[in-house]
Amino acid sequence: MVLLIQYTLIFSAVLILVALGGMFSERSGIINLGLEGIMVFGAMAGGMVMVLLPDTVSKATIVILTLIAAACAGMISSLLIGIACIYFKADQTLIGTAVNMLATAAATVIVKAFNTNRSNGTDFSAKLDYVRGHDAFMFSIGSLQLSWFVVVAAVLLVIAIVLFYKTKFALRLRACGEHPQAADSVGINVYAMRYAGVLMSGFLAGLGGIIYIAAANSTWHFDYGVAGAGFLALAVMIFGQWKPERIAWSAILFAVFRSLSNVYMGIGFLHALPISGTVYNMFPYIVSLIVLAFTSSNSRAPKAEGIPYDKGSR
Amino acid sequence: MDKKNTAFLKRPGVQTILASVLCAVLGIIMGYIILLFMNPEHATEGMVAILKNFFKFSGKPQQLMYYLGSTLVKSVPVILCAEAILFAYKAGLFNIGAAGQYTIGILVSLYTSLALGWNWFFCVLAAVLAGALWGALCGFFKAFCNVNEVIAGIMLNWIGLYLCNIILSNETCMNTTKSETYDIAAKNPSGVLPGFLQGVFGNNQYMSIAVPITILVAIIILVVLNMTTFGYELKATGHNKEAAKYAGMNAKRNIILTLAISGAISGLAASLYYLTSIEHFKIASSVPGMGFSGIAVAFLGGLHPIGTIVAGLFVEYITLGGQYLNTNYFNPQVADLMIAIIIYLCGFVLFFKSILNKPRKKSLDANKNNKVASGVTAKKEV
Repeated sequence: MVLLIQYTLIFSAVLILVALGGMFSERSGIINLGLEGIMVFGAMAGGMVMVLLPDTVSKATIVILTLIAAACAGMISSLLIGIACIYFKADQTLIGTAVNMLATAAATVIVKAFNTNRSNGTDFSAKLDYVRGHDAFMFSIGSLQLSWFVVVAAVLLVIAIVLFYKTKFALRLRACGEHPQAADSVGINVYAMRYAGVLMSGFLAGLGGIIYIAAANSTWHFDYGVAGAGFLALAVMIFGQWKPERIAWSAILFAVFRSLSNVYMGIGFLHALPISGTVYNMFPYIVSLIVLAFTSSNSRAPKAEGIPYDKGSR
Repeated sequence: MDKKNTAFLKRPGVQTILASVLCAVLGIIMGYIILLFMNPEHATEGMVAILKNFFKFSGKPQQLMYYLGSTLVKSVPVILCAEAILFAYKAGLFNIGAAGQYTIGILVSLYTSLALGWNWFFCVLAAVLAGALWGALCGFFKAFCNVNEVIAGIMLNWIGLYLCNIILSNETCMNTTKSETYDIAAKNPSGVLPGFLQGVFGNNQYMSIAVPITILVAIIILVVLNMTTFGYELKATGHNKEAAKYAGMNAKRNIILTLAISGAISGLAASLYYLTSIEHFKIASSVPGMGFSGIAVAFLGGLHPIGTIVAGLFVEYITLGGQYLNTNYFNPQVADLMIAIIIYLCGFVLFFKSILNKPRKKSLDANKNNKVASGVTAKKEV
């Protein structure tokens, strides 16, 4: 049971961060389907930092540098989406898909080259080992092993809620996602706001990526990207109706189902059921599909999302 | 002369082809730059290996034709997936679920062939129907529950993948020690697709009727989209859902039908590929990339059924070219990276066209701008 709580906390941390990222981007009017790809970039940068840091570095430094690297990589890669969709008015769905493909391919190529260089041509795998980095993030309260990642996610969630409801900035951001022409008419720079939204999503998704690979594992194979976590986060975001506090609740719900596939072995009655482990892997997707089916009929997405802003159009 | 030239450049068809070629060339240049970063000494050699591909056998016609045949066979699924995505896209639906429908196609075609020992024709039929069902499911969620088809498609992709892993991973279908399905040619000879001009292609045993069927499907899609009432309705729904509804078209039925047909084509893609037994299904932890490459191919092909065939051959050519890279210096995924860059660049096609259209404001030009503007407002309604 402790294990279940542990995994649930980790997965909800990931889903909350990435879904919040998606929320800020969509609230500004840009559909960010590339969250998955941004997560991969963030994970790759963070993982490489953990591998590269020498053994003498203190734990706190590892934690801070890894998080900074992941967030920066996330923001830089989100610019791939931002520049294409805001400045060049490209199709947002297409660009998002392209970024996902790009991220998986790029991460494989980069990590392989990285490994080959470090091992002087003996190791061609697309795998990063970071046991020490993984350990640096752990601390425990009683028998419950916790990760600093979870704390970071909780803090960022609180910040996001305050930012979203209490600041002028968020109000302007939301205006750009609902009716950019109106926002422009009162002097808000729609392009700048949309860039801000996309960059925030990059920041959060990058962090989500490193948490996803480092909180529960100490190695990661980059050929598989992040196995659909970014898309799961999008489902969480829709289920959460583009509102931070609801996103948090739905993320926890999804995380419980996601963790079941990791820990069902340890739970007596679940293990006794005649169901193969793969079925548990399917669970979060089936649940999210059903939940979406019941909640989407009156879902209220930001009105102007997906439409490139053109000053000249009516 | 100059006047004629601009008019030529302003033709939408020409612009689409130009844009696609530009994307491909830029993608190749970026790929070269990446190779330079990885290993400056051997970059040129690597690029030449990718581009020269099987033509390095040009001295031996027999082998050359053999590898040409293999490239054709391997580009069948990606072309068909692209056709599936294109068909849905014309109706305003982004069928990212093609990957899942393709996976279900693999599942059904291999299961009916290996476990049930059916004839190839019924295996293909079953795969097509299963793909259609999977697509219709996605359409159902879209039409009746208002679930975004992209999200529903992605969820169904993963469910399909795990279903495939569960059902195929038993003794009847799979060599469990290698966790890879049996060879169809050995287990169920009647399940292998009939050959097609194998003699011409250097006795390539994988060369099958899949290739002509693919071309046929592309032509059928072209005809359906441009010459039938149904195709017109689909395109109208894609342009402006509300207007189509107002004109008396059944939007919900069209959504489900579109995705079902799209799914059927994806299912066909899987069966036409796996039933040649050129590749065996392995237990996978990520959804087969074919559906996603299909998106790239559809856009690179300018969203035209015939252009898609050309784009599909090109993409497969580059991907297979990755295998000719010297693995001491590079890894084959560089080719995937190039493809990903090309699809990313496809996003800029609209921008590229607007540059071509900008300099001279003639009546033709104004007309086109109007069209673009109405396209934008139509999109807003959706």
